[in-house]
Amino acid sequence: MFIDNFYTKELRMDEKEKQPITWSCPVEQLDKSKIVLAHGGGGTLMHQLIKNVFENAFKNPLLQQHHDSAFIDVQGVKLAFTTDSFVVKPIFFPGGDIGKLAVCGTVNDLAMAGACPLYMSAGFILEEGLQIGILQKIVQTMKREADHAGVYIVTGDTKVINNSSGDGLYINTSGIGIVKQDPPPCPSQIQPGDCILINGDIGRHGLAVLNAREEIHFDPELESDCMSLVPAVLSLLNLGIPVHCLRDCTRGGLSSALNELAEESGLSFYIREEDIPIRDDVRGACEILGLNPLYVANEGRFIAFVPKQYVSEVLQIWQDLYPDLTPKQIGVVSENKGTPVILQNTIGIELALPMLSGEQLPRIC
Amino acid sequence: MKYMDEYRNPQLAKNLIREIKQFAHQTWNIMEICGGQTHAILRFGIDRALTPEVQLIHGPGCPVCVTPIQKIDLAIQLALETDIILCSFGDMLRVPGSKTSLLSARGRGANVQTVYSPLDSVKIAQQNLNKQVVFFAVGFETTAPVNAMAIKKAKELGLTNFSLLCAQVLVPPAMEVLLSDPYCQIQGFLAAGHVCTVMGYHEYEPIAEKYKIPIVVTGFEPVDLLLGIKECICMLEKGKYGVQNAYTRSVQREGNVTAQQLIKEIFEVCDQDWRGLGCIPHSGLRLKSDYADYDVEKKFHLTPEKNEEKQTVCIAGEILQGKKKPTDCPAFATLCTPENPIGAPMVSNEGACSAYYQYEKR
Repeated sequence: MFIDNFYTKELRMDEKEKQPITWSCPVEQLDKSKIVLAHGGGGTLMHQLIKNVFENAFKNPLLQQHHDSAFIDVQGVKLAFTTDSFVVKPIFFPGGDIGKLAVCGTVNDLAMAGACPLYMSAGFILEEGLQIGILQKIVQTMKREADHAGVYIVTGDTKVINNSSGDGLYINTSGIGIVKQDPPPCPSQIQPGDCILINGDIGRHGLAVLNAREEIHFDPELESDCMSLVPAVLSLLNLGIPVHCLRDCTRGGLSSALNELAEESGLSFYIREEDIPIRDDVRGACEILGLNPLYVANEGRFIAFVPKQYVSEVLQIWQDLYPDLTPKQIGVVSENKGTPVILQNTIGIELALPMLSGEQLPRIC
Repeated sequence: MKYMDEYRNPQLAKNLIREIKQFAHQTWNIMEICGGQTHAILRFGIDRALTPEVQLIHGPGCPVCVTPIQKIDLAIQLALETDIILCSFGDMLRVPGSKTSLLSARGRGANVQTVYSPLDSVKIAQQNLNKQVVFFAVGFETTAPVNAMAIKKAKELGLTNFSLLCAQVLVPPAMEVLLSDPYCQIQGFLAAGHVCTVMGYHEYEPIAEKYKIPIVVTGFEPVDLLLGIKECICMLEKGKYGVQNAYTRSVQREGNVTAQQLIKEIFEVCDQDWRGLGCIPHSGLRLKSDYADYDVEKKFHLTPEKNEEKQTVCIAGEILQGKKKPTDCPAFATLCTPENPIGAPMVSNEGACSAYYQYEKR
């Protein structure tokens, strides 16, 4: 077969008709029986894994809610319950550490369910040889963040694993809180005409961690946006503003959050790229590294779906809470247009904004 | 952001799109060589905005897509040696050789480090004098000067533990291969602005003359791309050929002479294998014999194994030559996805298939 030699220049038509095979540069086939890094990337592979493995096994109506937290009724009280694991490397990065992430990540998942966080658990998996001083530092950060969010860490667990089988320190948490709105914010509440708001500029966390991990030094240094979203959410719920849905823009970035909610609500979202707040330093770093900021992880940013008449009030509340941030309306919800997320880009052309596929890798040139 | 927002101005872009559509009286086939331009075209929806007047054909300018499989195998083999640190740009890591990729090899314990500049790998060599540090030098004329600089720096520092695994490629010979194909559909070229920033555009003049084709030096932002396309369409409509520069804020005819001298000092032209295209005469760069000690293949007397490509439905070769679009491939977005790539153009950030997957898939 001429295919054996990839130097062959001419496509033979008779061969082509028989089978669509010609020059090729095939790559290894993914072993579908094994977990790869992209299964944890927040994109398509992770969603397939959740659906095919976890949902398939644990199938129950509460799990089918597809939300950051599960809603459970306990003797007439509506609770939100969530869990999360933290494996960030390096464990210290500009703007935070793994402990801050663990507490903020957990209370944020509860806040996204419209809940006021009450209690948390913390499980530690420690690598043999880890400096106890480092652990103490992380735990102190956790205490500080928990106090800030008004949550108590009330139970925990410790396991130690062999040296070099891990990166020093992993944390698993769970959290429970009381739901403050009925019906609670969730994808099924999103309605055509809702406005989509974001609480500030995107992309900082992913870049800060990437820069710390790869030792790229931007001047001034980029800091993670990691923070508790509890005040930003409760300030709306306490005023009785009807919040239809909330979602934090963590792994997979803003784009994945939008796509998940569009799929789950069965509606289309219309986003204007020029309205998405991105700081110049983040845009610059993304341009240099070849990353799309819409796919870069955040740890202190979320989108809220609210009726049009509340937009200016919500933006003002957030602006007063965090004067340094730039909350914005980034889009609107429409009936299903066949494309989940439609992005009007900076030159005015409309395109589909798909979910992150695989992992983002910095480019060559 | 300065120097970027001006070139993403919606009004300017809309005006240019309107002008191009007015000028064109037929459908013109224009190839953008560079994978970075392919991504920008798809990301900003320029191809769709210009249909049917302009048919954009995507070229082979994706450095990781065309790096030959044998070099990747060699890089993996080196990285698995205990006393070697292999340094590479990030997007090379996922491109597989005949059996595996550098990323998988790293998972199996190979010492592979991602760097953002070859000069960083020189630093790594300084810090690890008991190890051999090899930089995987891939890319077009754009990466050649800094790779040359790394060799110069290593020599100045007297480092004997630094070398390059070289797979440098050159644009003009590849253009000639595409143009000399009797089935060639390309009527005009957008030359890559960053390659021309280094090399200038005088070397494209004989090609434009020989094949009577317009070649327009073009940048990467939407307005840059539209300016390049407009210039190319104007020339085609008037029946003109030659080289024009639509990226004057970065490119001069003679290019960056200092960078070119550096390339000439360290490298010499050689025949080069291109993945998916085959061997193209005089289309690569290798280290000159004076610098043989910095060429890992010569230093350790390595000969790349001839690993034959496996047979699949992938049409990457034709896609790299612009003969087909990613969506023509039976495997596109079904068997072949970024999670499970069958061809190299689906892997890289500059590959045409990954751009189509990201921006065109519904």
